Amino acid sequence: MSNFIDRLTYFSKVKDRFSNGHGITTTESRDWEKAYRGRWAHDKIVRSTHGVNCTGSCSWKIYVKNGLVTWETQQTDYPRTRPDLPNHEPRGCSRGASYSWYLYSASRLKFPLIRSRLLQAYRAAKSELGDPVLAWGSIVSDPSKANEYKKMRGLGGFVRASWDEVNEITAAANVYTTKTYGPDRVFGFSPIPAMSMVSYAAGSRYLSLMGGVCLSFYDWYCDLPPSSPQTWGEQTDVPESADWYNSSYIIAWGSNVPQTRTPDAHFFTEVRYKGTKTVSVTPDYSEVAKLTDIWLNPRQGTDSAMAMAMGHVVFKEFHLGGKSEYFTDYVRNYSDMPMQILLEKQGEHYIPSRNLRASDFDNDLGVENNSEWKSVVFDESSKTHRVPNGTIGSRWGEEGKWNLEAKDSVSGEDIWPNLSNIDKPDEVLDVAFPYFGNQQHESKIFAHTDHESVQVRKLPVRKVVLKDGSEAYVATVYDLMAANYGIDRGLGGENTASDFNDDGPYTPKWAENITGVSADKIIQVAREFADNADKTRGRSMVILGAAINHWYHMDMTYRGIMNLLILCGCIGKSGGGWAHYVGQEKLRPQTGWLPLAFGLDWSRPPRQMNSTSFFYNHSNQWRYEKLGVTEILSPLADAGKWQDYSLIDCNVRSERMGWLPSAPQLDENPLGLAAKAKNAGQSTKDYVVASLQKGDLQFAAEDPDREDNFPRNLFVWRSNILGSSGKGHEYMLRHLLGAQNGMMSDDLDGMGADKPSEVQWHEAAPEGKLDLVVTLDFRMSTTAVYSDIVLPTATWYEKNDLNTSDMHPFIHPLSRAVDPAWESRSDWDIFKGLAKKFSELCVGHLGVETDLVTVPILHDTPGELGQALEVKDWKKGECDPVPGKSMPNLVEVERDYPNLYKKFTSLGPLMAKLGNGGKGVAWNTEAEVDLLAKLNKTVRAEGVSQGLPRIESDIDATEVVLSLAPETNGEVAVKAWASLSKVTGRDHTHLARPKEDEKIRFRDVQAQPRKIISSPTWSGLEDEHVSYNACYTNVHELIPWRTLTGRQQFYQDHEWMRDFGEGLCVYKPPISTRTITNAVKERGGDVKQIALNWITPHQKWGIHSTYSDNLLMLTMNRGGPVVWLSEVDAQKVDIQDNDWIELYNVNGAITARAVVSQRVPEGMCMMYHAQEKTMNTPGSRITGKRGGIHNSVTKAVVKPTHMIGGYAQLSWGFNYYGTVGSNRDEFVILRKTNTVDWMEEPYEEGQPINMPGNEEVGQ
Amino acid sequence: MAEYINTFLFGIYPYIAIFVMIVGSILRYDQNPYSWKADSSQLLHSKGLRLGNNLFHIGILLLFIGHFVGLLTPHWVYEPFISAGQKQILAMSAGGLFGSMAFVGMSILIWRRTTQDRVRATTKFMDMAILLILFVQLILGMLTIPVSAKHLDGSSMIALAEWAQHIVTFRGGAADFIMDEALIFKLHIFLGLTIFLIFPFTRLVHMVSAPLKYLLRSGYQVVRKR
Repeated sequence: MSNFIDRLTYFSKVKDRFSNGHGITTTESRDWEKAYRGRWAHDKIVRSTHGVNCTGSCSWKIYVKNGLVTWETQQTDYPRTRPDLPNHEPRGCSRGASYSWYLYSASRLKFPLIRSRLLQAYRAAKSELGDPVLAWGSIVSDPSKANEYKKMRGLGGFVRASWDEVNEITAAANVYTTKTYGPDRVFGFSPIPAMSMVSYAAGSRYLSLMGGVCLSFYDWYCDLPPSSPQTWGEQTDVPESADWYNSSYIIAWGSNVPQTRTPDAHFFTEVRYKGTKTVSVTPDYSEVAKLTDIWLNPRQGTDSAMAMAMGHVVFKEFHLGGKSEYFTDYVRNYSDMPMQILLEKQGEHYIPSRNLRASDFDNDLGVENNSEWKSVVFDESSKTHRVPNGTIGSRWGEEGKWNLEAKDSVSGEDIWPNLSNIDKPDEVLDVAFPYFGNQQHESKIFAHTDHESVQVRKLPVRKVVLKDGSEAYVATVYDLMAANYGIDRGLGGENTASDFNDDGPYTPKWAENITGVSADKIIQVAREFADNADKTRGRSMVILGAAINHWYHMDMTYRGIMNLLILCGCIGKSGGGWAHYVGQEKLRPQTGWLPLAFGLDWSRPPRQMNSTSFFYNHSNQWRYEKLGVTEILSPLADAGKWQDYSLIDCNVRSERMGWLPSAPQLDENPLGLAAKAKNAGQSTKDYVVASLQKGDLQFAAEDPDREDNFPRNLFVWRSNILGSSGKGHEYMLRHLLGAQNGMMSDDLDGMGADKPSEVQWHEAAPEGKLDLVVTLDFRMSTTAVYSDIVLPTATWYEKNDLNTSDMHPFIHPLSRAVDPAWESRSDWDIFKGLAKKFSELCVGHLGVETDLVTVPILHDTPGELGQALEVKDWKKGECDPVPGKSMPNLVEVERDYPNLYKKFTSLGPLMAKLGNGGKGVAWNTEAEVDLLAKLNKTVRAEGVSQGLPRIESDIDATEVVLSLAPETNGEVAVKAWASLSKVTGRDHTHLARPKEDEKIRFRDVQAQPRKIISSPTWSGLEDEHVSYNACYTNVHELIPWRTLTGRQQFYQDHEWMRDFGEGLCVYKPPISTRTITNAVKERGGDVKQIALNWITPHQKWGIHSTYSDNLLMLTMNRGGPVVWLSEVDAQKVDIQDNDWIELYNVNGAITARAVVSQRVPEGMCMMYHAQEKTMNTPGSRITGKRGGIHNSVTKAVVKPTHMIGGYAQLSWGFNYYGTVGSNRDEFVILRKTNTVDWMEEPYEEGQPINMPGNEEVGQ
Repeated sequence: MAEYINTFLFGIYPYIAIFVMIVGSILRYDQNPYSWKADSSQLLHSKGLRLGNNLFHIGILLLFIGHFVGLLTPHWVYEPFISAGQKQILAMSAGGLFGSMAFVGMSILIWRRTTQDRVRATTKFMDMAILLILFVQLILGMLTIPVSAKHLDGSSMIALAEWAQHIVTFRGGAADFIMDEALIFKLHIFLGLTIFLIFPFTRLVHMVSAPLKYLLRSGYQVVRKR
């Protein structure tokens, strides 16, 4: 009744006594208990998740109380899968559980913010000129006005503005840039659509309808393993984590499963109860090392040596030794092992050349279609050369032969491809193989051996007669592999090993010298792995990840492991295979999403660019390149052919030949070219080709520092590129932003190095190329701090969206549990608002325009049959410039700018007209468009969109994705399989028929996560019988891999691959980055310094940069940036645990606290990547600027083999192939800091932007 | 007029103050039980707290007990043992000692509350007000010592005790006893009554809930019915 009166019970307080009076019973009021019960009471629970690129994709309950999100807990209602499988749930981790802290925290962005100097300049210009577009132009065309705000980037100075005003300024900037320089100067960076598909699509749809450029992310993050497309023609496809439970031998190789796959790790521990053996491979004593039966710890960066040695053991014992019939059958049917490779005479010996093709033979072996693209095998039964089914040549221009049946594609006869010539060789030849393990690294921690660079070995070969009557020698890939592994086959000669303890590439003993892991251990694990695979028919698995993919020569490590898996018949087998987990790359309803995201319903093709090449080129990182092309060339290559080329030259050539994309594209506004062509009386295509040939027109990449060729506007959303993935952070600050930076590198001029031959050199590099940086985020990230306009976006509990992952087969939503707080808006609404403003402001400046898009030769299109036999550069006069063949395709696209908003908010007519498709399979989609017209209703307002399905809200957008995608619409799945069946000549529709009537809608996934439907977009199946596993349909449905031979490729026969020594997998040591110069050491002064390898793994208390500024997570680990180092190294430079330290090289400097730990081996230091520099980061004594992020000491270094294009699986695709941003070959100097400067004094006008040059410091 | 004011302040105001204290406290306890707390800021900043807090609490509690006993004990109870003059000297010396302790303690607490950002940020108006009022009251109390020293016969002390005892026993004319006392006593009494008045609106309420009875509990395991 009353708290007070209820307590007036002094005479009857004790009702009863028990336990000899030690216990009492009272009737005290228990009302106070309501307090803690009320604490957990709530008004509703809404299903949502975290769009954070962790691959977790965990379903969460979001609790809402009084209109506010109070907390979240893990959902436990995942659909059950198969009877023998443990449950998926609960999924989630401490990081996700802390997310609701962000919503109402101090770091939440609440209002649109703009740099005050920019706002003042804009208001002044607008009041003078009236027109927003002209006003914007007047600011950015005047360097003094523009610098006034650009130099303040990163230094604060934001003020609140209204949505109207920021939309107006942003749209005016976009209109001005499109009109003046071209739409390909407007860029957007947003990663990982799978984590919130509609949010990604919002921005990319806006940009694509404008003709702007979407930048890739998977390759830039270096999460893309280029070896995957090289080997399988597939970007990345992996088993779901539940499939670990089907495995009986698992190696976790550079993947810290408990720490970085927290919600999935339970399958890893559960399967151990079944008796599965587990092995970890990590240089440090990581969390996964503690979990496994065996821990192998090779020196970081030398994993490929160990993989090669394991391959040596398996190939020798199980293949050559004939231990496993299963393995032999597998490689015969599913790999390129039986393919015939031409041998080319080089001096005293031969070297492997390209694949033998049907076109090499008289009458093309009877092949009529694409004979240059059909690889050849030798049929053992008929003793003749045959073209098997399934080569890339059968994929295009014909039907019914693109499958993996062991048949002659011409006659249809059964064939039995020969694997080896060892029994009856026509001859035994000396064939040379390149060896890189003798290269000395600038740091002593990487061991080398003294073996010869050219390893000549005996090879059994056959003689063939070619079309022109000449004789040539060919070898099988099988025999080449045996020789490449250095296995003695009794043919005599040198450089082969007959015993595992011989010292020669690639024996276990040799690997011990390189990696530090004992030969015995290597042999043991290799044998066990293979033996298990043999007995279980492929249930051996390797879980691998970013740790070994972030090295410059990551392909070698990855291919080393893939070889092992293919040799053991594990790929495409349940419980086996290549489990590469990095970002949340699996956008399951991809083909339904693509039209929405890139405006394919209105115009095709969209503009897309590979980020690594973009940032390497346009943030001028190439001007400071220290790695020469000839350094990484094969000892067998013709060095003269490459000596004039630097890395950037290779990239420019690649863009010019149509291999890689380019943006900005040409050095003119692409909106003006059609008119010029008309004046010249030519078609636009002819005009552009002619102008390029004459040199009147150039690719922008050839002169990136010319003002017309700058990227001008950049949108960043769902990303923290400057606080996380931006390799060469300080270079980006300097050249793209014109902001204060700590970059200390000399440029090529300063180093006295050769200038590029294909790129115009400017004496001074431009700074502050970007006129406008707009960031959308819910928190004040590092990127937001450097932006000009910051837009507050809805959090993951305030918007409707879709989320999928590669780790499980469910699709589930992000839901609007509460309205976006303060003035924030969902990404969909923000870009819709911008589209509306753009359409208004462009009137008078832009109308209906003809845009010319340069499209690189794309994978999974007929164009991927580019140059079959040799590389020819049209600019060098080696061939004619043929768009789509020897240069990028040139496609005219109509842009209706005043109708951009109407297009944005409706599903355009091309879906019904042209249909939909993906990965080379196309289908009609009229029925789905009709369905959407009913679901979303149609547009009633007059104009271009009248009568079309509406896409007004984010839920409308999700329905577009779900209806169009085969994974969420069974009817589409059946159509898609039927379409593929035509190409393969085999019926696959049975894979989707049982789910034909299933249509997953947004409210369905809100009710419960839903299992996706099997579709030909992916190589695995999701059904009642098997867990999702990559390449399952290749093996079980005989659908070819999308490679040159249609099989898993051990051998890469492209000219550039061979020139760089990667025809077959070899060991390549880390590269020397040369970023620790004497000049930079001097800047360190007298304090003791040590140089350590720079390793940047994923963290425990955050997901990339998210949560690294979350108070709850900060309290769990020292509250700010930390770097781990070994006790030995710490002792050398007098560092104690928790000391403040500084790390630097010519790229920049970092400040952090030291974690001194036995976990870390000598010679490396580790900084968990992407710790926000907005959190407890003091100033650096070296640079005088605030300490940077982990990427402040890195620089992107591109690799020529990743630039190859127009060649079957080596053709470019967005986030599929291309240059990658590796960063682990880097070294830093580390030293203790005794004084900590928090730099809290106010900004003083005239502070220097750049560091003084090295020569100035030297004086 | 002076007499009217005197009667109001020392004859009527005491009842208002005590009434507000009692009724206000009950209402607060009933209506807002979770506000009934000491509001310790030890988690936010502990430096100097242990010393300042203990000095303050020990000093102020002993002063409180001293006042309570000194003022409300009838004259005849102690007369057989100790003279009024002696009692006054005892009061002055004990008060001086504990007052000094409390003074040092409060000085530390005030320094802490005004200069430490984290404590300051969580300080409410009443927290600061009550701290300063207590400090002023303490200083006023200390200032009575030299005044008392001028007449060591105990007469003033007896007058003040008479006043207090009349108030608590609801006898009229209490105010007359101190009509002619020194201003410093009157200020001290007035401020003291005001502290009673604002008691329910401050963190002082926590003194009522000091868990002393825990020491006298009868069972180690407490089970509630229902």
